[in-house]
Amino acid sequence: MPYLTRDPLSVERLVAEVSAPERGGTCVFLGTVRNGPEEQGVTAIEYSAYEAMVEAEFGRLLADAGGRWPQARIAVRHRLGTIPSGEASIAIAVAAPHRAEAFEACRFVIEEVKRRIPVWKKELRVDGTETWVDPSGRPSHV
Amino acid sequence: MGYLASDMTARGTGTATASIRVRLFARYAELVGRTEAAVSVALPATVGDVLRRLRDEVPAARALPERPLAALNLRQVKLDARVEDGDEVALLPPIAGG
Repeated sequence: MPYLTRDPLSVERLVAEVSAPERGGTCVFLGTVRNGPEEQGVTAIEYSAYEAMVEAEFGRLLADAGGRWPQARIAVRHRLGTIPSGEASIAIAVAAPHRAEAFEACRFVIEEVKRRIPVWKKELRVDGTETWVDPSGRPSHV
Repeated sequence: MGYLASDMTARGTGTATASIRVRLFARYAELVGRTEAAVSVALPATVGDVLRRLRDEVPAARALPERPLAALNLRQVKLDARVEDGDEVALLPPIAGG
């Protein structure tokens, strides 16, 4: 199952992939394109990726999560392309027998995505400016 | 006899070279003005050697950071990782997924 898509994300589909009667806790995380006071008029973010590595790294990441929470089932999709503010760029669904594992595994996956998955974003603003997002330091105007 | 030509080259002269595909993404692709390049390095060589060779052959690549994040065959590696013929090296801007 590919982890990348250019289509809007479906939470229902992800939840269906992990649900089962023996898993009583399901945790869903959605990351959405933000336009708050700090973003100064972000209308959309353009997402790009090293696609082959994203697929390989997600496989390794979910194997790591499976080692820590063997009874959890995890589904994740990352969207690429131009995503308007307010729409989701990533969705994670984790179902486990109990809620603690579901919350912990879901948090682990999004934190590892931020650290390991080679995806980049360029903020597009209402005034026509564009900025590469650099979580490690200052934004770089282009 | 029975030696392969590549064995003779590697054992006999020490001048074996590796062809490496270098890929650039996002801001780095914009800085350099291209998304990939092919470079040759004499073996043994590291990812850092590939980066130096890229800077020699593509002047715009000198705008890249001194020690960028790198991947070798779809895995993050340090710049001292060894490369082989046919490998793919990617230079990764700071990751910003999610």
